[in-house]
Amino acid sequence: MSGQQKNNYPKPKLVPVPSTNIIPERDVDKRPILECRHLGIDFGGLTAVDDFNMAIGRTEIAGLIGPNGAGKTTVFNLLTRVYQPTRGTVMIDGRDTAGKSTIQVNHMGVARTFQNIRLFGNLTVEDNVKVGLHEHMRYNAVSGILRLPSYWKREREAHEKALELLSIFDMQDMAGYQAGSLPYGAQRRLEIVRALATKPSLLLLDEPAAGMNPSETAELMNNIRKIRDTFQIAIMLIEHDMNLVMGVCEGICVLNFGRIIAKGTPDDIQANPAVIEAYLGKQKEA
Amino acid sequence: MKKISKTSLGGFINYGIVVLAFAALQGLTSMGMLSNSLQSLLVPACCYVVMAVSLNLTVGILGELSLGHAGFMSLGAFSGIVVSILLQEIIPLAPLRLAVSMAAGALAGALGGAVVGVPVLRLQGDYLAIVTLAFGQIIKNIIMVLYVGVDGKGLHVAVKADSFLLAEDGVTIIKGPMGAVGVTRLATFTAGFLLILVTLLVVQNLVNSRAGRAIMALRDNRIAAESVGINVTRYKLMAFVISAALAGAAGALFGLNYSSTVASKFDFNTSILVLVFVVLGGLGSIRDSIIAASLLYVLPELLRSFDVAEYRMLIYAVILILVMLGANNPAAQDFINARFRKKRKTKEGTVK
Repeated sequence: MSGQQKNNYPKPKLVPVPSTNIIPERDVDKRPILECRHLGIDFGGLTAVDDFNMAIGRTEIAGLIGPNGAGKTTVFNLLTRVYQPTRGTVMIDGRDTAGKSTIQVNHMGVARTFQNIRLFGNLTVEDNVKVGLHEHMRYNAVSGILRLPSYWKREREAHEKALELLSIFDMQDMAGYQAGSLPYGAQRRLEIVRALATKPSLLLLDEPAAGMNPSETAELMNNIRKIRDTFQIAIMLIEHDMNLVMGVCEGICVLNFGRIIAKGTPDDIQANPAVIEAYLGKQKEA
Repeated sequence: MKKISKTSLGGFINYGIVVLAFAALQGLTSMGMLSNSLQSLLVPACCYVVMAVSLNLTVGILGELSLGHAGFMSLGAFSGIVVSILLQEIIPLAPLRLAVSMAAGALAGALGGAVVGVPVLRLQGDYLAIVTLAFGQIIKNIIMVLYVGVDGKGLHVAVKADSFLLAEDGVTIIKGPMGAVGVTRLATFTAGFLLILVTLLVVQNLVNSRAGRAIMALRDNRIAAESVGINVTRYKLMAFVISAALAGAAGALFGLNYSSTVASKFDFNTSILVLVFVVLGGLGSIRDSIIAASLLYVLPELLRSFDVAEYRMLIYAVILILVMLGANNPAAQDFINARFRKKRKTKEGTVK
């Protein structure tokens, strides 16, 4: 190309724009594990989530809070492609999830728990974890039926791995129990173990502390940190228990009526007037 | 909390029950203590046990309702009969020919299962029940008009009597509404016993493997199974096709037990009969399917030998109702538990 080429377009002046996304400083050099751009979904005429922008660092513990019906679980369902978004993109580790199924998103490294517990209730605790290990213990159905050596080898590995994962929550002793018969708190913990078994790089926890007493919640907080430190993964959680959210989350995103109204550290959020208004209502002007 | 005993022991018990029953019945037969009418029930009873166990894979373990299990049995029966006649000269050894015919029946059943399953299993809800119901009727009606024969030029298939032209030396295998005629009866009780063992091996080992866990996981909670990356369609199809293949093998054995077989034998009532075995035995319990199928199949015939012959179907119905009441009524369950079972310390959840 010659340097004399005619250029009809005026040269633009580039200006820095403030990024709307925030991630912990230690993760800033690495590609964020999750990045949502202008994510939105309509149900008929109702816009449940709109213009949702968020990034999560690779080892961040992030929180998503908001009043009831704000669209928090809808966001989780969009991230895991239970719902197909109407607008916007979700990038997992820099890869677009457009057109992917829930199954494929899991294979891309996203695992989740559910607000209303969804365990495999008739299976044992151990088998629940082994279902999570499914993709990481490959042998085909024929070797399973004929009990070929690969069956015994993989099953033994899976058994050891399942007990190892259960030991995070001291649940090894419950391995033989029927999952549906466990106490509520143990069922919640088992869901987390099952999700971890799929070796995710992003773990989504939907109200992990729901129905737990304060001491159980405190223990859960420690365990969330322990999981992040042991597996070096990102965790995003929805929670109404503010002690847990403020105690464990590094970055918090507040949702109200499907839109982000605030982002920041726990201290920022607690001081943010928009958040206080969303939770407590507007203060009457004197 | 409820502890689940590891199922490998239970599996061995199932093999044991089948082996003991086989040995006992063989003993009774050789001592001449089994009436002819009862002896003639042995092979069909084996077929229905296999049908019940295989349907339990679809209904109890996969959790999808199938109302056309007899359709796969029909496919297996008629393809097994055709194969056994085609191979009459090539394989003179009867047991081997029976085995090959049963394998052919299983293959036909599996193909039928795949044809029904691939489009339908992507859907949720009652679609599978509706489509399998229609499938059973379609298979029945197709075979009713089907003419199959073999002569020097090879296999002839027609859907009208006029266009069915067989050479002089030809053998008609399936003759439209008259069904399969002139079948050499290859089926033996031993073959039925072996088929039950193979069925148990396949179903029990499948259930206790990676694939079986995936199948039961998507039965218990499909959304959660997807969230941990289980390919739902694939495992549904796997369970459904294996179930259909076993039904096909049972059908081949059944067809080769009679000198003639008509397609209307494998109608909706047969599908429901097998479903009754499975539901009354207990969804998901393989042992109870075996017991329910063998007892409920033989029961009407046993009643025939008493004075109450004309009331036998009535008595059968009353027994079915009593079993249903007993299985679902909490008071009856408490009574049974208190009388016949060890007292449980903790109350079990309502797991059905």
